[in-house]
Amino acid sequence: MSTETLEKTPVVKVKEPLLSKRRKRIFSDPLNDDNPITIQVLGICSALAITVQMRPTAIMAVSVVFVIVFSNLITSMMRNLIPNRVRIIVQLSIIATLVTLVSEVLKAYNYPMFKILGAFVGLIITNCIVMGRLEAYAMGNKPTDSIIDGLGSGFGYAWIILTVAFFRELLGSGSIFNFPVFESIGWAGFPNNGLMVDSIGAFMVLGILIWIQRTKTGFVES
Amino acid sequence: MDLLSLGIKSVFIDNMIFAYFLGMCSFLAVSKKVVTAFGLGAAVIFVLAVTVPLNWLIQEYILKEGALTWLHASFSEISLEFLQFIMFIAIIASMVQLVEMVIEKFSPALYGSLGIFLPLIAVNCAILGGSLFMVQRDYNLAEATVYGFGSGLGFALAIIALAAIREKLKYSNVPDGLKGLGITMLITGLMALAFKSFIGIAI
Repeated sequence: MSTETLEKTPVVKVKEPLLSKRRKRIFSDPLNDDNPITIQVLGICSALAITVQMRPTAIMAVSVVFVIVFSNLITSMMRNLIPNRVRIIVQLSIIATLVTLVSEVLKAYNYPMFKILGAFVGLIITNCIVMGRLEAYAMGNKPTDSIIDGLGSGFGYAWIILTVAFFRELLGSGSIFNFPVFESIGWAGFPNNGLMVDSIGAFMVLGILIWIQRTKTGFVES
Repeated sequence: MDLLSLGIKSVFIDNMIFAYFLGMCSFLAVSKKVVTAFGLGAAVIFVLAVTVPLNWLIQEYILKEGALTWLHASFSEISLEFLQFIMFIAIIASMVQLVEMVIEKFSPALYGSLGIFLPLIAVNCAILGGSLFMVQRDYNLAEATVYGFGSGLGFALAIIALAAIREKLKYSNVPDGLKGLGITMLITGLMALAFKSFIGIAI
């Protein structure tokens, strides 16, 4: 079965090469110059709430990338069928369906993680990045481009929350992916910073990250 | 007394913004002027105070396992919980539409200044978050109402305070990269630190 699909893929012909310069830009812009979190100020809610530790953050990042890519794809394929007046409700139901899917899969295969993430999986529905990409991109572009755009925004979101989680877990619990870093290098008495585990640490780390990132890209808010 | 305690807790200690980061998008975007922030705060209070109890009823009488028993005894094993997200978001979207129409009718000035952010309340994490937390914490109807109102009040308090600070901030000299979002995040962090001092307050 699987060999069939393998043979079929090269036959698909796209007029434009899959990795043309334009498409590379669509993918790479949201990673840095047009980052959804630090430049466009979208999706901050979940960016902060689940970043106490790396593992839940990684799962959250994967879920969000999945939801963005597929909601972009579905909306883009349906874009000529959706009446303009009810588009918000249509978009919301597409997103809600995908998020329900993610939540059920997580509940079935990784229940402890589902308990940790709790309500925040459901809150992907109201993640402004997803909605923003559907409104700004998928409603007016072809499916292939929309997938690439979704991947770009998803990874732009992912690397920011992973960085925030890295510092919060390292300084707050002294570990990375539950691996005790400081203990293993022989610094067992490393004082954990309680503020990092708390919400305050998240605000501070993200604030400083935004400062560094914006200084590098030269973006200045008016 | 328990209800009062829960109310205080949801306004100050379990504050939507400072403890759970919910509703950050509109919190950051609409906090440039106190007047606008006040309008959004009022709208959020209203929407939360209505949708949380409403979603409680939906959860209790339609979605929960065995909730449909009131229809027929044979439905006692049905659980519609997988429909939770879609049902909640539909209720919220329609309530927001209602609030929008009411504000447009009675206060066109406020309607104009809230602009795009009114429909965006529908995708405000704080609203859906309120309903999801209500389910997670097993509140009863009275508690759900108090919780909805209290967390709305907490959000309004936070956004008005931040708007007041940002109005003053216009006159200070902030480094280029830190302007706007960066400094706002740091200020929010300091405000969260201040709100931490409410922990342990009980009535």
